[in-house]
Amino acid sequence: MTSDTQADAATLADRVLDRIGSRAEAAVTVSTVHDGLTRFANSFIHQNVGDEHVLVSLELVSDGRPAAASTSILDDDSLTRLVDGALATASLRPVDPSWAGLCPPTAPHFNQVHYDPATAAIGPAQRAEVVQGFVEAGAGLEAAGYCQTTTVESLLVNSLGQRVSDRTTMAVIDGIHRQGRADGCASAATSRFADLDGHRVGTEAARRARAAAEPIELAAGRYEVVLDPRCVAYMMDFFTVYGFNARAVQEGRSFVSVGEMQMDPSVSIWDDAGDPRHLGPSYDSDGTPKARLDLVSSGLTVGVTHDRRTAAKSGVTSTAHAVPGGAGMGALASNLFLGPASGPGVPHTELVAGVQRGLLVSDFWYTRVLDPKTLVVTGLTRNGVFVIEDGALGPAVSNLRFTQSPVAALAPGHVLGVGDDGTLAPGGLHFAWNHAPSLRLEQWAFTGNASG
Amino acid sequence: MDEAVAAVEAALAAGAAYADARVMVTRAEAMSAQNAEIEDMRRSESSGVGVRALIGSSWGFFAVADLSPAAVRRAGERAAETAQASARVPGPALELAPVPPVVDHWESACREDPLSVSLSEKGDLLVESTRAALASGAQLAQGSYRIWDTDKAFASSQGSRISQRIRECGAEMSATAVGDSETQRRSYPGIRGQYGTQGWELIRSLDLVANAARVGEEAVALLSAPPCPEATTDLILGSEQMALQIHESVGHATELDRILGWEAAFAGTSWLDLSQMGSLRFGSELMNITADASLPGALGSFGYDDEGTPAHRVDIVKDGIWVGVLSGRDSAALAGIPAGGMVRADGHDRIPMVRMTNIGLLPGPHSLEQMVAETSDGILMDTNRSWSIDDRRLNFQFGCEIAWEIKDGRRGRMLRNPTYTGISPKFWGSMDMVGGQAELIYWGTPNCGKGQPMQIGHTGHPAVPCRFRGVRVGVR
Repeated sequence: MTSDTQADAATLADRVLDRIGSRAEAAVTVSTVHDGLTRFANSFIHQNVGDEHVLVSLELVSDGRPAAASTSILDDDSLTRLVDGALATASLRPVDPSWAGLCPPTAPHFNQVHYDPATAAIGPAQRAEVVQGFVEAGAGLEAAGYCQTTTVESLLVNSLGQRVSDRTTMAVIDGIHRQGRADGCASAATSRFADLDGHRVGTEAARRARAAAEPIELAAGRYEVVLDPRCVAYMMDFFTVYGFNARAVQEGRSFVSVGEMQMDPSVSIWDDAGDPRHLGPSYDSDGTPKARLDLVSSGLTVGVTHDRRTAAKSGVTSTAHAVPGGAGMGALASNLFLGPASGPGVPHTELVAGVQRGLLVSDFWYTRVLDPKTLVVTGLTRNGVFVIEDGALGPAVSNLRFTQSPVAALAPGHVLGVGDDGTLAPGGLHFAWNHAPSLRLEQWAFTGNASG
Repeated sequence: MDEAVAAVEAALAAGAAYADARVMVTRAEAMSAQNAEIEDMRRSESSGVGVRALIGSSWGFFAVADLSPAAVRRAGERAAETAQASARVPGPALELAPVPPVVDHWESACREDPLSVSLSEKGDLLVESTRAALASGAQLAQGSYRIWDTDKAFASSQGSRISQRIRECGAEMSATAVGDSETQRRSYPGIRGQYGTQGWELIRSLDLVANAARVGEEAVALLSAPPCPEATTDLILGSEQMALQIHESVGHATELDRILGWEAAFAGTSWLDLSQMGSLRFGSELMNITADASLPGALGSFGYDDEGTPAHRVDIVKDGIWVGVLSGRDSAALAGIPAGGMVRADGHDRIPMVRMTNIGLLPGPHSLEQMVAETSDGILMDTNRSWSIDDRRLNFQFGCEIAWEIKDGRRGRMLRNPTYTGISPKFWGSMDMVGGQAELIYWGTPNCGKGQPMQIGHTGHPAVPCRFRGVRVGVR
């Protein structure tokens, strides 16, 4: 944290803990957020927004009775109301048998792997410059999207003496170019604004839009596919929430079974907040510092994500995947990677070249779960689908509806190639950005075309 | 109100051609229970001011939580600076459809303040309802409620000074039966519960405990029910699923910001073309859809939207013809229509945007009983389970929690995993029976996501059961 922000946050946390005194065990999180987002559509900036706030979140436990509260109002009266309200709430609750206690003190923890001071100073003028590069790269195509910069400085202090803090920055350009009804998309996400090249990303989106023009309609059916990284990253959110989440596993709602070969041996999945290719905080909302966690190793399911509550229930230690307000959601991975089990992976062109007849899919959209246990989902393609014939890209195809379990699609023997093009792309449940490569899969079930 | 006025004045002084500001103070409470134990209980308070400044083609918006005089003036200045920065990638100058300045105060009706009801009573309700669902054989029973109490003060550079207090609450419960290869869930009163701009009386009226055992029994029964067959058949939808159908395929499709392309990269666009408004057939002659923010107690109701436009009713589809859109002052000016009064933000820190108010289907001449009796071969589906629709709001596939076979005018065996799919105008064109006034429910949807940064909107959907002919069901 910057020294001023860190001192202010520590003072705020102490003001809250002082008010609680010996009446309860407590954890206080102070988050200072600076967010700016520049939106463009029809090739001009139409919305340009900024927000600054400090949020104080309190979790306390009085005689085994937990309660939570938060406020963005920082005067003495509000902080007193925050504490008194939470204590009153706790006093009315029964003892929570699943309460796992506060996070005990760990080694001093201050992390800034994903922080760039220059990015923290970025304003709307610099974001507009990136947008300009994206728009101009379309050379007459219609552009839409956004450029965002976010800085979060956070501190968690608890009454057992745990004290963790970090600061993170994030910079994103994500957009489409449009030619008629054909869209092409591209994005970049990084902790360093200086790494964002609006023109390069816009050029890629424009290339894809032009390629997607004049799509033909294709009959529904099962097709071999090459999924671009954006599709794979999209599906990884479903793995996070419905699959590797220990709470879903404990309640029998997940496909995950540790010790079983549930995915193809060519694929591994892991979570690693410390990898500089990813984004976000270095400790979870319980205050547990994050470390790399393997979930699937060469197709073998080897782990699930725990917070302190689910870990206690399973008799293991937390893997630092608690999320704010997450008692109901469970424990979620927010720094997920999917990659080749060994080696660098295969170039995208080789993945396509290996397909006799199939489809290249650029992006997914509006996908929802039909059955959480088998993870059968239905959704649509977006931003370009292309026929592959005899290893070469053919015409664009109108958007298709699919009904498919991504778990079944990645099952042993079904992954025919893993790309070397791993990149960060947004997850389909808007939960996290995930790091994913292209995948060549034996089949994907398309259940409808643009005509229904 | 003083803070909002000061913020507006600062934005104007910094060069804004128009500015408005909202000070919002929100108190929220949520509790959830699982398997007869309280699982989570949270309260929150937030306050701040959001300032909107218009310069040229772009809105600049800036929000701060600090309501000190210096901070709100700085927010106004930052909003104007942000709008000015947009000039690097300019578009045509934005105009605003005229709205007369108003000085007023409005409050939603509330008989029993939801934040004043004791926590022990609230906890007992969730514990008892989930206990009853468990007793019926389900493995997982969940219940929750949420409450929001919001004070807004709105000031515009055109002279509006509007204060509002809006209290909203609602509740939900569900039972999940876990089988060897799949899970089955039943929800009450719907997958998103039931929410409204009402007090705790709304939650009392749901009677969660009395419905819990049935919900649990149905979840268990679904595990052994036959699957919904693949077929093209007559489809009757209960009113909760109709609310979802209206929300996804009519509400979003008629948002003017989508039609104008402002949401193209994320939420998407619309299959509707403005040049066809007034002549395009959207559905059968029984289809009458309105946007009405003045419905008492419905979740999408208010006195004034976040641009100071008074709540009113707008026809969206009349006798099957598309006649209206959901709009704000900027989008309406571009379309050459009056301001729709449908612009809201989900907090002080978000820019107001076009949001559904209460988008509902007007009742018709039929009843659910009559629909079943007059269907020789069909399926009745109810309670939304999954929802997926393309970015133009045309091609949809929706799933329900439960279905029943209809044979020779009688409701038959239960079916599991029902789904149906269609193309919006074709589907709405096949609607030949619409439930009556007695079956009308103002459903509330508290989780409509839109915008960047994402905003969660609260929308209402008056709905009745309806019948559709020749629909593809059982899609896998």
